[in-house]
Amino acid sequence: MNLHEYQSKIILKQYGVPVPEGLVANTPEEAINAAKALQSLTGTEKWVIKAQVHAGGRGKGGGVKVAKSLNEVRQYADQIIGMMLVTPQTSAEGKLVRKVYVEQNIFYPGPADPSEIYLSLLLNRKSGRIIIMYSPRGGMDIEKVAEETPDQIFTEEIDPTLGLQQYQARRIAFNLNLTGESYKNMIRFLLAIYQAYIKSDATLIEINPLFKTSDDKILAADAKVVIDNNALFRHPDIATMRDFDEEDPIEVEASRYDLNYVKLNGNVGCMVNGAGLAMATMDIIKLSGGDPANFLDVGGSANAKRVEEGFRIILKDPAVKAILVNIFGGIVRCDRVAQGIVDACNNIGNIQVPIIVRLQGTNAVEARKLIDESGLKVHSAATLEDAANLVNTVLK
Amino acid sequence: MSILVDEYSKVLVQGFTGHEGSFHASQMIDYGTNVVGGVTPGKGGTTHLGRPVFNTVSEAVKDTAANVSIIFVPPAMAADAILEASDSGIKLIVCITEGIPVNDMVTVKEYLSCHDARLIGPNCPGIITPPHTKIGIMPGFIHQKGCIGIVSRSGTLSYEAVDQITKVGLGQTTMIGVGGDPVPGTTIKEAVQLFMEDPETKGIVMIGEIGGNMETDAAYWIRENGTKPVVSFIAGATAPKGRTMGHAGAIVGGKSDTAEAKKEILRECGIHVVDSPADLGKAMVRALGSSAL
Repeated sequence: MNLHEYQSKIILKQYGVPVPEGLVANTPEEAINAAKALQSLTGTEKWVIKAQVHAGGRGKGGGVKVAKSLNEVRQYADQIIGMMLVTPQTSAEGKLVRKVYVEQNIFYPGPADPSEIYLSLLLNRKSGRIIIMYSPRGGMDIEKVAEETPDQIFTEEIDPTLGLQQYQARRIAFNLNLTGESYKNMIRFLLAIYQAYIKSDATLIEINPLFKTSDDKILAADAKVVIDNNALFRHPDIATMRDFDEEDPIEVEASRYDLNYVKLNGNVGCMVNGAGLAMATMDIIKLSGGDPANFLDVGGSANAKRVEEGFRIILKDPAVKAILVNIFGGIVRCDRVAQGIVDACNNIGNIQVPIIVRLQGTNAVEARKLIDESGLKVHSAATLEDAANLVNTVLK
Repeated sequence: MSILVDEYSKVLVQGFTGHEGSFHASQMIDYGTNVVGGVTPGKGGTTHLGRPVFNTVSEAVKDTAANVSIIFVPPAMAADAILEASDSGIKLIVCITEGIPVNDMVTVKEYLSCHDARLIGPNCPGIITPPHTKIGIMPGFIHQKGCIGIVSRSGTLSYEAVDQITKVGLGQTTMIGVGGDPVPGTTIKEAVQLFMEDPETKGIVMIGEIGGNMETDAAYWIRENGTKPVVSFIAGATAPKGRTMGHAGAIVGGKSDTAEAKKEILRECGIHVVDSPADLGKAMVRALGSSAL
């Protein structure tokens, strides 16, 4: 589950990870109040106003501004709230900004030079262990750093039975060329953020930049935390942080029916049992000259109710010009699925787009007969190849 | 011959009396699998499907000499069930459960690396050696004893491969589903190694998908050590970056784990890659015909 920056920082703070003080605001008035509160709390005279959307690269699209007065706080909050923010990670239309995070400024003058570090915690799928990836070149696109200066990216792998050890934290701090207070603060930061990762069941924590202030504090200036959906059952407090406004409305509705649906930009909808076969079906649509409009795994049961919900979800997308249903009947009998498809079509009524149904496995022959004799505008196919050819034909 | 399981496998079902466990255990028994009993804490001493039920895996192993376990317990308790099976001396653990938290599996993998037990899955259809030994949830009837080893990250897509391999008349030695999670017990490479060592396996079908690097790891190993033709399909060429496609592990992170990148490396390593999953059967027939076997 993706979180906003301000939510990520709430979680990090719970585990003792140092973050700048900040408050979330839904209106320019709330932003002003937040700025005043932060001023009395920290003495800050500048504020950072940050758009809260689920996309990186917000600064590049004008979604992050430094305000030097309360007037500027109002001005920037007014600009950012309600804007369609376009970043390298959004679509061309951008994402609607509904709230901003007002934060104390941490780029202030002091005895030492401030610097920006990159730090992330994630699973190394090859070893099955958590790694800390870090670089002294923070504040930039890490993929670019990896391309240009791969020697500036370091990793530290963690034994899950031991957790992050002191010597590992020391090694990281030394590799980042930290000394004195900033070195000590970095070690404390690392031990805390590893606890945050494990205890909140994160699958990614990315801090870019991790900021060393001019007085040697180590602060998470930005934060992206992704939580394992499969572990939300033990984090009811985090589960409530889900922001439905950030998700595609059709996907939100599909998730209410417990359907695994991902909206894509093509013209052929598909409904499949099993995730791998669903991806393969999308690939087949492409090979047949179409473009997949979605990913949809209806799961093992694929009964009439599920199929009907699936059709309704797919048909909400006006770009859909045809639907391919691909079911490999194993434990679930194909004739039952076929009856479900017929019932679903009759219940919905007046489906304008052609439907191609490929049923294979248990009782597939009976199933195809049932479809063919239903009087519906449904084409049946036996093999994947037949299904692909039919997609190609109906698109012409 | 076959890999990992055969008619001598004595199978224990963890989560035996639950809905899923009951249904699939009876299907396995019908197929001919030697299911020797099951475990449901609190129901020890009773009988289910004509087999004894135990409170703990260790009691069950003592009484039945079970050497394989299949797990149907819910995701919140599944990691614990795997550890219990290993601690009780089970050598092959098949975990069907989908939705186990990733960090639970990180701990389990570390534990198993220091113990003499192999895990298949989680989030997988299981393993089958036709004609008598099914330890999983796959439809048994599509399988036929034969000479092709199949390894897959996906359930229904592996059925598709099995069906095509059966229909072209080759059949399977063993089909193993390694599962769709980011931290699997057995990797594709390990399954491929076992098939290469199995004298009855003449060719291997490898079904992969986007995310991770299991397929390319296997490919590099095959390039150096392969002795049999390998046919492969990688699902998800049309999947967008950064989105999880059903399987928790099916997510494109960078440039190296897209379907295109994987296919390119597989081809460089001499693997017969098909762009359409409809061509798996035909491609295997061609690959066997052109190989020096």
